[in-house]
Amino acid sequence: MTSAPSQDALVKIRGLSFKHGQRVIFDNLDLDIRRGSVTAVMGPSGSGKTTLLKLITGQLRPDRGHIEVDGIAVQRLDRAGLYRLRRRMGMLFQSGALLTDLSVFDNVAYPLREHTDLGPSMLRKLVLIKLEAVGLRGARDLMPSQLSGGMARRVALARAIALDPGMVLYDEPFTGQDPISMGILVKLIRQLNDAAGLTSVLVSHDVHETASIADDLYLISQGRVVARGTPADIAADRSEWVRQFMDGLPDGPVHFHYPAPPLEADLRTRGAA
Amino acid sequence: MLLNGLARLGRGGLGVLERTGRAHLLLAAILIGSGEVLRRPRLLWEQVFNVGVLSLLIVGVSGLFVGMVLGLQGYYVLSQFGAEESLGVMVAASLVRELGPVVTALLVAGRAGSALTAEIGLMKATEQLSGLEMMAVDPVRRILTPRFFGGVLAMPMLAAIFSAVGVLGGYFVGVGLLGVDEGAYWSQMQAKIDFAKDVVNGAVKSLVFGAVVTWIALFQGYDTVPTSEGVSRSTTRSVVHSALVVLGLDFVLTALMFGE
Repeated sequence: MTSAPSQDALVKIRGLSFKHGQRVIFDNLDLDIRRGSVTAVMGPSGSGKTTLLKLITGQLRPDRGHIEVDGIAVQRLDRAGLYRLRRRMGMLFQSGALLTDLSVFDNVAYPLREHTDLGPSMLRKLVLIKLEAVGLRGARDLMPSQLSGGMARRVALARAIALDPGMVLYDEPFTGQDPISMGILVKLIRQLNDAAGLTSVLVSHDVHETASIADDLYLISQGRVVARGTPADIAADRSEWVRQFMDGLPDGPVHFHYPAPPLEADLRTRGAA
Repeated sequence: MLLNGLARLGRGGLGVLERTGRAHLLLAAILIGSGEVLRRPRLLWEQVFNVGVLSLLIVGVSGLFVGMVLGLQGYYVLSQFGAEESLGVMVAASLVRELGPVVTALLVAGRAGSALTAEIGLMKATEQLSGLEMMAVDPVRRILTPRFFGGVLAMPMLAAIFSAVGVLGGYFVGVGLLGVDEGAYWSQMQAKIDFAKDVVNGAVKSLVFGAVVTWIALFQGYDTVPTSEGVSRSTTRSVVHSALVVLGLDFVLTALMFGE
């Protein structure tokens, strides 16, 4: 097991605890994201992967612990500070989160129009370059309702990199994609990371696609890091939980049955449900 | 049993207080962000169009019928005292002081308020608001503030149109059908309707209603549970709360303005 060297960590999380109501999502979690790498955080549904992205981007505040992005303590930032930080981050939402009343072109142009004073011709060039990078320059005049799920995610990706961020966060980018769009997204994430010198954080439970492009993997479950390392390390990990998750076994440390009284006792109980 | 009931009551009460608090915080954030509207007037005009122009038809048609009914009913009552000449005053005063602002606010709550709630609620459910946050764009300033001021500006204009069309409706029925003297209809109206007391007070009412109806609609959308059921509930609540608050506030405002 190799732990990421912390001196070149872009994101450093130490002792993170977070509760949602009564439910403990994270319990004393430590995690590093190396600059320039593709780091994937994997875990079963409901293990708090999306919450982790929201904590890194300051959309949620931790109950305890320390989250540092590029040397800045996110949990201590005020709104203006958060907005300054977010201009250097891009986030790809699971649904794409495109503005439905704007065309593909205007969606990608949106952050540029909000945060820069570029003239129309420069703006047009930049938007077309970003759209070209995701292969959708020809779709610039379409509305979000006319796009397939995979295309919408690619437009959202073009929007996320519009301001040339140093880090891009992907929330379940592969969920619900057909094999072709999935392949395109997998390739794009790796390509963008290497070509633009980004740092990518990928949250997913699609084991094979994620493992194929990640430099570092974190497996989280029940608020803790269960395993971490390179994809090769994880593939060689023999612990029961890791094997069940990575190989998709129906029963193991994570039980097939939701906790319940014995079946026989339950069936004998009289009365209606 | 009793304790459970008490606990439920307490929880409910706390929930209402908490929501009211959140609604006021949102209003404060909207008002603090009002500079955005001055910086980008286009955003405001779009919303005045959305709330105002798109509600024109329903407001105009309703105004016409309300005016016609006022003409009929007013004529039957006034003619018993031989005072049908005063029909114009009665129609105009009812419209400008009460029915214009109140009915317009109710119509706008149903037509534009529900649409605003559904729009904002769906933007929340489809992560568009979070998406803006992540692009370092404040959704309150960018999305809610222009809509709020759009509603505040559109409401008095719509109420004025409602009243004007209503006065014409009363004229068609009173003068056209029932034979009230045309000169009396207009001249009494001109003599008895006071600009400061009637027209300005009516406009102030509809400004207040515009602010309240839009505020409720935006808050219900912004505070929605981001599911399809949540959005549908918020939309219903937006219309119901707006209607109740408008009617209640109308009583308070009327007592303050006209009660001496």
